[in-house]
Amino acid sequence: MSAPSIPRVHFTELSARERAKALLEAGTFRELLGPFERIESPHLSPQGVVPQSDDGVVVARGTIDGSPAVILAIEAAFQGGGIGEVSGAKIAGALELALGDAEAGTPVRPVLVLETGGIRLQEANLGLLAIAEVHAAIIALRRYVPVVGVIAGPLGCFGGMSIAAGLCSYLIMTREGRLGLNGPAVIEEEAGVAELDSRDNRRVWDIMGGEQRVAVGMADTLTEDDPDSVARAVREAFAAGLPERHRSAKVERYETRLGVIDSSQELDGQKLRSIWAEERR
Amino acid sequence: METLNFDFPASRPVSRRVHVGVVGSGDLEILLEPLEDERALVVVRTSADGFGEVWRNVLDRFFSRNDVAASIEINDQGATPGTVSLRLAQAVEEARS
Amino acid sequence: MSRGSTWFAALTGVKPAGFEPASVLCADAKVGDERARFLSVVPNSEARFPRARGGELGLEEGWAIAWYVREVMSDDEGDRRAIIAVVDVPGQPYGYHEELLGLNLALAASVNAYAGARLAGHPVIALVVGRAISGAFLAHGLQANRILALRDEDVEVQVMSKRSTARITRRSVDELDKIAREVPATAFDVGSFARLGALHHLIEGVNADEPGDADVERVRDALAGAISSARQDATDLSSRLESPEARENRSASLRVREKLAEQWNQ
Repeated sequence: MSAPSIPRVHFTELSARERAKALLEAGTFRELLGPFERIESPHLSPQGVVPQSDDGVVVARGTIDGSPAVILAIEAAFQGGGIGEVSGAKIAGALELALGDAEAGTPVRPVLVLETGGIRLQEANLGLLAIAEVHAAIIALRRYVPVVGVIAGPLGCFGGMSIAAGLCSYLIMTREGRLGLNGPAVIEEEAGVAELDSRDNRRVWDIMGGEQRVAVGMADTLTEDDPDSVARAVREAFAAGLPERHRSAKVERYETRLGVIDSSQELDGQKLRSIWAEERR
Repeated sequence: METLNFDFPASRPVSRRVHVGVVGSGDLEILLEPLEDERALVVVRTSADGFGEVWRNVLDRFFSRNDVAASIEINDQGATPGTVSLRLAQAVEEARS
Repeated sequence: MSRGSTWFAALTGVKPAGFEPASVLCADAKVGDERARFLSVVPNSEARFPRARGGELGLEEGWAIAWYVREVMSDDEGDRRAIIAVVDVPGQPYGYHEELLGLNLALAASVNAYAGARLAGHPVIALVVGRAISGAFLAHGLQANRILALRDEDVEVQVMSKRSTARITRRSVDELDKIAREVPATAFDVGSFARLGALHHLIEGVNADEPGDADVERVRDALAGAISSARQDATDLSSRLESPEARENRSASLRVREKLAEQWNQ
């Protein structure tokens, strides 16, 4: 039996758990360390912050195109998707288990649904260490199987997890999604409003929105914001197999790309597209 | 952050456990589980201190209209009484479906 | 001179000048009886991207590190040279150009290079001599098999500078210090970081600003110890979770992994 597809549902309106379900084949979703196990962050309530029973990360096994898969979906609404000790360990730990399977010759398809401001400040260095372990696991795992990242919602993907996105074999984005190391508000706070007005959405999405990132090759697929389209893009990414060379390993290409930039000149998304398109020829 | 405990008389059991909601701004998550006793046991952890009376009123009203013998855990990030009732109704409906 | 320059020069005997980009120093030098590659990120007042003039790890730095690390990997076929990241990085640059040109990818490039080298069997050692902040530390240090640090009051490990944390969380520095005493993960001092179990060794009694010969020898010995320890161990980061400190202060990280393993195949 296949689930009826309901039109006009936005992927970004779904919770992390519903997103994981949407990416797996109908009826195959099985959650690990779900809410009733209450493996919540031990660090939040001592600091006066209400924890969530799954610490904001859903780990789900199931299948994609008949192959075993694992989805790691971050819940944007809880603490801005911030990565703490538990949520970080859920992601890193699941990727490490997937690595074990891959080494044993039975690869599991890993998908990261990234919606996060980065490290959760209340857990600080615990989040930092966890994210380093996520990076390590992605790099080890993608020797065997593509690691696919999805950045769908307007919260976007920032901080240490934006580096994780940079390490993914394939990155799928919607127009609403955005990807950057530093969030616009932090840039404005640190460098001043002249550097970037964080409320200027047009400019923010011009730099780091899904359309721009795909246009310059820092993400691979621009998809519509509906569950079927995102799920299709994920299936197609796995069907494409491992990339010949991962983006984060293309050192000569990006050193050349940076070399042609005149950093004293006014630059925007469109100009960058044409500069780098020329460099490609 | 404040932790509040409530206990209401109830007799009608639920058939399965249910999780709804998220601890996001103005929202809450509910973990509802079957309970052997004829009571509704509610534990609330809320980000907003000093609203014990408001919670008592909202829950009183809900359990006077809904007979639910269950253990209910609520993690709240400043939800309005309306949202609390809505989420509770959603959880109970799912637990009985 | 920054600590990154000071320690690079002290350990390699190479003048920290004439590099392209000038912010990333790279040289090979002896540690014990083997050759190792040293990398350090330092301030560069002439940097092409002005937001990265203070020693931040930015676009050029991320890609340059990746290039230098990959050079070692392609040069070495039999004996895999150790790679030593001398860490004194105040963070990543906050800028318009940085984001437009893909700072996240530049940092991913250096993460990728260090982790790839580690997996290929190069012992990767981080030596923290100054600040190790946030994305910059992720990209330059945190993929190492072994992390060493000097015990010194200006050695800081954190996800944001104290000044920025105070501004963003709207707390005073005093308040931050108070929280840090209760929650070691939020503290800035290297002693608190050591309690999380990721440090292989905290090097005591070294003058971090003006190291003398004995200080340099002590650090070189610690590096040699870390290299040989890394050569005998797994190429992943598991040692960080096996330390007694991690068992105590990262117990949730361990518990999550245990439970995931139980439920993985059901």
